[in-house]
Amino acid sequence: MTSPTTAQLRKTALNAEHRRLKAKMVNFGGWDMPVEYSGIVSEHLATRTAAGLFDVSHMGEIEVFGDDALALVQHVTCNDASKLSIGQAQYSGLMTPQGTFVDDLLVHKISDKHYFLCVNAGTQDQDFEYIRANNHTGAQIENAGARYSQLAIQGPKALGILQALTPVPLESVPYYHFTFGEVDGVDCLIARTGYTGEDGFEIYFVPEHSEKLWNDLMEAGSDVGILPCGLGARNTLRLEASMCLYGHEIDDTTTPYEAGLGWICKPNKGEFLGREALVRQKEKGVERTLVGFEMQDRLIARDACGVCAGGKAIGRVTSGSPAPFLKKNIGMAYVPPEFRAPGTEISVEIRGKQAPARIVPMPFYKRAK
Amino acid sequence: MYPSDYRYTKEHEWIKVSGNTGTIGITDYAQHELGDVVFVELPAVGAKITTGDVFGTVESVKAVSEIYAPVSGEVIEANAALSGAPETVNSDPHGAAWLIKIKLANPAEVTSLMGAAAYQAFVSEKEASA
Repeated sequence: MTSPTTAQLRKTALNAEHRRLKAKMVNFGGWDMPVEYSGIVSEHLATRTAAGLFDVSHMGEIEVFGDDALALVQHVTCNDASKLSIGQAQYSGLMTPQGTFVDDLLVHKISDKHYFLCVNAGTQDQDFEYIRANNHTGAQIENAGARYSQLAIQGPKALGILQALTPVPLESVPYYHFTFGEVDGVDCLIARTGYTGEDGFEIYFVPEHSEKLWNDLMEAGSDVGILPCGLGARNTLRLEASMCLYGHEIDDTTTPYEAGLGWICKPNKGEFLGREALVRQKEKGVERTLVGFEMQDRLIARDACGVCAGGKAIGRVTSGSPAPFLKKNIGMAYVPPEFRAPGTEISVEIRGKQAPARIVPMPFYKRAK
Repeated sequence: MYPSDYRYTKEHEWIKVSGNTGTIGITDYAQHELGDVVFVELPAVGAKITTGDVFGTVESVKAVSEIYAPVSGEVIEANAALSGAPETVNSDPHGAAWLIKIKLANPAEVTSLMGAAAYQAFVSEKEASA
């Protein structure tokens, strides 16, 4: 297999800006993306204590329109989109008929006839094809990723920084709600959502304004220590907050119940793809479950390390890393349910050694409200 | 940037030789590629290391990097200060963050490694293609 050259990778509208900032760039799901600027630890800590600005324009957007928009969203996702009010967002799963994940996503209700889906970068085209193939309604769908840039501004100072650039009263936008308004003179969808475990916003707008918004947000946050943050810090932040990452905790072999996401699974809402399989699994119980663990010595668990208990292989690490804010080495893994209790001793295979670890409650990190 | 009295490998280790003793570390290029270093695992004093074999591990937040022996020898000291301050690998890779000192098995082996100018050219080429 040959890896694509940089020229073949997809680029966000901020690619030149990332290179000007001397970010370390990586191929992430076919996108040329910044993994770090000043360093993962400093970026992670800035987001926990002040603010971080993330270019997440690689994320995909799929829009669903028409009288049947809700019917289509309900058919392909497991959460109950009928419960959304206009201006509300919901975490959900795009489901296979087996009740496993095609992707995870955020569903935003713009109107009764318009839903805005934010999906993962590497899966957006297959998500769109999947929704189209399963659309037996009159709803129209658009694979709209190229029409949007997305910036995430996250951290305890995020609201104040963004407020300096918008007349929208941000305090009045509740968590997992959104509104439309100008930021820096640019029309945006402004959502109080994020993937860091902090308060913050994700804003969507047309790509041509990306550099202006990026630079003006950096400027507005310079007094309080905003840092540009890459995918490295995005990953450690979401891991500390125990949020799932597609391709790691969840994929087309895992179900919401296994991943601890039973709360996004609403079999009573009516028919949807995967419903029967999920109802059966809920009745029978899961054979494996996602747990969080902390290493007991200094070794660091990494993705795909084997997990053992009592000398027997019981599972595999889905994400493992040092946690820069908690200053512990943490991870998530799938294990049989009998090992799920906090305090259970397990071991993680690291370079041929069995390194001791202990199951702990998730989330690892929860911000003070 | 790269000290002229050190020798370098394509795996980005350096070695400084003084008499029969070699001091080994990783290069500035290597620490920059790794990012924030959080853990260093080194062999015990008395361990034998063999040219080209893994003798230790340097881990950053996002990656694990195995460290290869530039030459063969016996470990006479491991840098204990790195256990409490692994970030020294980022701040002073060619100095305070040396990893191990070895008694060289064959001092002539060192001459097969790159000099500073050759190593600089080697990493410049890598950076240009990135």
